[in-house]
Amino acid sequence: MSEAAMPVLEARHITKRFPGVVANEDVNLKLYPGEILALLGENGAGKSTLMNIVYGLYKQTEGEIIVRGKPVEMSNPNDAIQLGIGMVFQHFQLVPVMTVAENVMLGSETIKRGLLDTQQVAERITELSQRYGLAVDPYAMVEDLPVGVRQRVEIVKTLYRNADILILDEPTAVLTPQEIDGLFDVMELLRSQGKSIIFITHKLKEVLRISDRIIVLRDGKVVGEADPKTATQSTLAAMMVGREVILTVDKDEAQPGPVVLDMQDVSAKDDHGQPALRNVSLQARAGEIVGVAGVQGNGQSELVEVLTGLRSLDSGRITINGLDMTNAGPRRVTQDGQSCHVPEDRHAYGMVDAYSVAHNLVLNTYFQPPFANGLTVDEQAIRRHAEDLVERYDVRTPNVSVHAANLSGGNQQKMVVAREFSRPVKLLIAAQPTRGIDVGSIEFIHQQIVAKRDEGAAVLLVSAELDEIMALSDRIAVMYKGEIVDIVPRNRATREGLGLLMAGAHSEEPAPVAGKAG
Amino acid sequence: MGGISLRRIGRALLVPALAVITALLIGAVVMLIFGDDPLAAYRGLFSGAFGNGRAWSTTIRKMTPLILTGLSVSVAFKAGLFNIGASGQFLIGTVFSVAVGVSFEGLPIYVHLPLALLAGILGGMLWGAIPGMLKVFTGAHEVIVTIMLNYVGALFAGWTVYAGGTQGQRPGPLWDPTAGAISETADVFPSAQLPWIFGPPYRVHWGVVLALLAAVLIWWLIFRTTVGFEMRTVGQNPRAARYAGMSVSRMVILAMVMAGGLAGLAGAIETLGLNHKFAPEFSGAVGFDGITVALLGQTNPFGVILAAFMLGALDAGAARMQFQSGVAADIIQVIQALVLAFVAAPAIIRQLFRLRRIPEQIEETTLRTSWGG
Ligand SMILES: Nc1ncnc2c1ncn2[C@@H]1O[C@H](COP(=O)(O)OP(=O)(O)OP(=O)(O)O)[C@@H](O)[C@H]1O
Ligand SMILES: [Mg+2]
Repeated sequence: MSEAAMPVLEARHITKRFPGVVANEDVNLKLYPGEILALLGENGAGKSTLMNIVYGLYKQTEGEIIVRGKPVEMSNPNDAIQLGIGMVFQHFQLVPVMTVAENVMLGSETIKRGLLDTQQVAERITELSQRYGLAVDPYAMVEDLPVGVRQRVEIVKTLYRNADILILDEPTAVLTPQEIDGLFDVMELLRSQGKSIIFITHKLKEVLRISDRIIVLRDGKVVGEADPKTATQSTLAAMMVGREVILTVDKDEAQPGPVVLDMQDVSAKDDHGQPALRNVSLQARAGEIVGVAGVQGNGQSELVEVLTGLRSLDSGRITINGLDMTNAGPRRVTQDGQSCHVPEDRHAYGMVDAYSVAHNLVLNTYFQPPFANGLTVDEQAIRRHAEDLVERYDVRTPNVSVHAANLSGGNQQKMVVAREFSRPVKLLIAAQPTRGIDVGSIEFIHQQIVAKRDEGAAVLLVSAELDEIMALSDRIAVMYKGEIVDIVPRNRATREGLGLLMAGAHSEEPAPVAGKAG
Repeated sequence: MGGISLRRIGRALLVPALAVITALLIGAVVMLIFGDDPLAAYRGLFSGAFGNGRAWSTTIRKMTPLILTGLSVSVAFKAGLFNIGASGQFLIGTVFSVAVGVSFEGLPIYVHLPLALLAGILGGMLWGAIPGMLKVFTGAHEVIVTIMLNYVGALFAGWTVYAGGTQGQRPGPLWDPTAGAISETADVFPSAQLPWIFGPPYRVHWGVVLALLAAVLIWWLIFRTTVGFEMRTVGQNPRAARYAGMSVSRMVILAMVMAGGLAGLAGAIETLGLNHKFAPEFSGAVGFDGITVALLGQTNPFGVILAAFMLGALDAGAARMQFQSGVAADIIQVIQALVLAFVAAPAIIRQLFRLRRIPEQIEETTLRTSWGG
């Protein structure tokens, strides 16, 4: 792409202040036709804020936005849509009980003789999906679709409104590697047709793979630009964080102790009543990290829910620290089982948006001293506790009475991690603990997980990131179609081998002997 | 949450205040259309509500049950539930308290009165527990169930005082035979009556103090106790509540029981303080007004007091307004309905006054009436 071309979008001297925070400070940014621009930066660096300004959701305190050479004033996203700007949020904005076509036309309904003209919309959708390789069925119900397809619907929705500037805020955080490949194919096709894309991610590999240009933000300011052809993961990490980041995890050999978590022949159903876990047996010992790998949707979520008391078992038995925890509720599992749980979906389970950071940090300990004296809560103690954790876990927030909803995505995750990791536990269950977290903080969280192990906790780590599983685990259990197809010691695990297992390489064999725990 | 900041209070009051002002303005336009003089009407309204001691006492009298039914709806809201049943709970509370009030002659007041009040609370709790339990155990939506229980409650209350029929229908258990063909209870014994703070002609009884105390108690419970924390968590994000080890079912039932108890207390106070008896024409309409009060007060107990005061004043001034200006008192109901519409759909007010709906700001009061499907 030629530098001489006129930018389709330009941000000039953008400053955005929130009470107590400067989220963007004098940011300049240009987006050219037909390019993929990656926006990198630590949690809270101001990436989402900047994009929300471009999309008309927030009003900048200072500066201007220029679209195709003309300064624009936007008071809401409709103005941005009119200007051909589309945004896909990390949290999808779809209505689950409506069809794809209905969702796509929502807000720009086509009416024929007083009725919604769904058929015409469906035709447009089919046309768009063929042109950009975005396979979606216009008549499918959104609630039945997997995450990756929902995201395609979101993209179709922006294209339906003729967007040629697309903003994708952490689109890959919730996708499987296969879905990520699919998304990148779509992005490349869009680029080849002259559309411009701003792409936010914390995964440096992806940035190097897909982007044409990289802009790095730190503390709200642009700190530099990088060329994906010459940059490396470590130079990018250093630019983001302002220091050297160690991308590998440093840990000693595990010293496994007694069995802490023991699950025997556990079966359970998913939300639709379909079998999700079939005779799963798994053990975790004190002082070891057991990784659970698998393509998302093969029962990992249900496994965690069953263990943490959020889902009931059909059959089988769970013991934690020798106590029977079969169908025990979450309170008993955390209290008597001395366990903690970083849930995979922080918005659904892990936090209350409208609560302050301080209250979120006592979400499951609010009834214990020093946070409560009998019936009354001690706000002072809650605040002190929060201030301490925010400091220790580097949760970036102006103060602890800010609503959790106002934190940046990664800082919300750090808040949840801080709450769970700060309790003394014998069992740590972490599902996607570093989702949405920047490289610098991932380093820190990984160190914490290893530290928990070394203090003698059993750790169960569920992650969609094979790199994360490989880096941390002492043993790796692979799930496929609700079964544990194999458990491999770390030193015998290879990416290729795990990949084969995750694809169900053993599934043809007669009744796999689940849980070769050792 | 409870941190006191003037800015926050100001922001919280903005929409409700504008809602009331807008409703009054539209009311004025309606009067103009019908050739009435809105200025004269509002002058009459004001003097009827605050013009003299009698006016003030009427306002206070009207405000008292509204505080309690407003609290009832608010408590349910905090747990994410929409209690439309305050009206039925009010009536059951009334019947229970009257039943105790007309029995036990000779008890000292410090036993009889609390007993009668407690009976009213219990009756309301019972009526609130039903929708709570049905929701938890069968998934029945509380909106539907509370609406139906309003009818059941009103009919049941009517039956208890039924005078019997000419074809030998049996009278209801609370009917007062000395009333002849009239369906009503006897007066409750003086030992079960709420004493006056200011006797006739002012007729302000101790109920208002009870209502204010209830508001403080509910505020403390919601914002300062672990139970309140659980209740609010369930209302905000039931899944997070479950994750955190709270019992969503317990909180749903508890919130409905509390809501019912508050509405029941309202019924008890109205009878023990003012009417001293029950007759079928005493309606539970203040139960429905509780919805307006709760929304206008942003479901905050202190907001509820303000809102109840506001609505109570409108009710109190209506008669005087009609008398002074000839404008039909019914316009007040139109105005109250407009207030409800504006606070239930704050977007109208924001749009009207070009208030930027700060996306950075999350609404504390969200109408969320279902959980788990
Ligand atoms: N609505 C808001 N109100 C107050 N502060 C906010 C709001 N939105 C963002 N902030 C603050 O602005 C800063 C930048 O947040 P932003 O969401 O843009 O970060 P980000 O770069 O997207 O981070 P992440 O990688 O974690 O998503 C943060 O300190 C955040 O707390
Ligand atoms: Mg972000």
